Amino acid sequence: MRYLLTHLDDAWALTVIHLRLSLVPIVLGLLIAVPLGAFIQRTTALRRLTTVTASIIFTIPSLALFVVLPLIIPTRILDEANVIVALTLYTTALLVRAVPEALDNVPEPVRDAATAVGYKPLVQMLKVELPLSIPVLVASLRVVAVTNISMVSVGSVIGVGGLGTWFTEGYQSDKSDQIIAGIIAIFVLAIVIDTLIMLGGRLLTPWTRVGVRPKARAAA
Amino acid sequence: MNFLQQALSYIFTAANWGGPAGLAARIAEHLQYTVVAVIASVLIAVPIGMIIGHTGRGTFLVVTGVNALRALPTLGVLLLGVLLWGLGLVPPTVALMLLGIPPLLAGTYSGIANVDRAVVDAARSMGMTETRVLLRVEVPNAMPLILGGLRTATLQIVATATVAAYASLGGLGRYLIDGIKVRQFYLALVGALMVTALALILDAALAFAVWASVPGTGRLRRMPQPLLGDEVVLESGARAQSTSVARYERGDPSHTV
Repeated sequence: MRYLLTHLDDAWALTVIHLRLSLVPIVLGLLIAVPLGAFIQRTTALRRLTTVTASIIFTIPSLALFVVLPLIIPTRILDEANVIVALTLYTTALLVRAVPEALDNVPEPVRDAATAVGYKPLVQMLKVELPLSIPVLVASLRVVAVTNISMVSVGSVIGVGGLGTWFTEGYQSDKSDQIIAGIIAIFVLAIVIDTLIMLGGRLLTPWTRVGVRPKARAAA
Repeated sequence: MNFLQQALSYIFTAANWGGPAGLAARIAEHLQYTVVAVIASVLIAVPIGMIIGHTGRGTFLVVTGVNALRALPTLGVLLLGVLLWGLGLVPPTVALMLLGIPPLLAGTYSGIANVDRAVVDAARSMGMTETRVLLRVEVPNAMPLILGGLRTATLQIVATATVAAYASLGGLGRYLIDGIKVRQFYLALVGALMVTALALILDAALAFAVWASVPGTGRLRRMPQPLLGDEVVLESGARAQSTSVARYERGDPSHTV
């Protein structure tokens, strides 16, 4: 704890790197997974193919992917870009399964009503179905965000920055104080981001707080 | 792709598999960390999930606890554990349990809590005690979700057991860490390929378990059980009898109903 208080400047600089490494993949993942997920929702064959591909990607251990990526894409072997690409892959793999499931949760009568009042398919997706699927989507987004923040710290093993460097430094110089400071910093960071995403989700879905609240699905 | 060729030729050279630091020994170490951590996570998460799912009390605890555990960085806990307790099985087990408990707890809890209320009430009205309702009705119905949690937990643990090597422990991570340290990147690739293969094999096995455990399909019963040969014969004989009774009853409805 003392280490954290005496190294607040370091902590801030590392937190910025840590956030960049964990949040950029989330944004990129969302940009890929939401259109893709909406596109494959109604096509059973495409959906099964995507699910299988996604679970195979998810099976590849993160540390392994950090090392293997430079052989596939033109980056240097211990580059920040590897971590960002790897985490984007994981984020997309997780979200591309969650988006169709979230869309499945939109009640059929709502869909019919939207069609009846004259929404074209694309506009209906953007203005009716996607907004209604936000609660389920936010649940998986929270899991992704917290997992990414924890995963970035593993990157320090291969020399990528972020708060994880306190673990490797603390371990090499036998300072458990520094490791504890790192654990606290990452824990707090994860909880703050998790809370922010939850609040953002609530802000985007004011209708869930009116009348009967739909049962929140437990994030598995 | 030169790295890949080097890595593959390393893997397919028999000499690299033997010895105390060979591939076989590293795989055994890796599996040891994985199995111990998974069992420890199951022992903690499944009973808690069962009790909370059954009673409906402490739901808040599950949600907050799961999120908090996920937020703790594995690497930090592992390295701190090594500094505090020294090398051994304890630090990796504790660190990997942080990854194993959340999916198992969430899976068990939501599996039990989402069993059809009508089924549970039917079990109660037949006079089952609460323990029997939980163990004989709710758990079998929740099995796919519980095993789904086990699958996620195992996958995360087997993938992350790689970092144990950073704390001077064994496992397949040794190839990754040592390969990077001595700049022999094909060695790192050997580690990456082996861990990925191990994870894919374990995941496929557990995916099959989830598929087989879907209640009402009888997939578990139909599976070959060589060790229980006699009991299967006994049981299937008993079942044939009971179905014939059922058929008889259906064919001859009593007048009082």
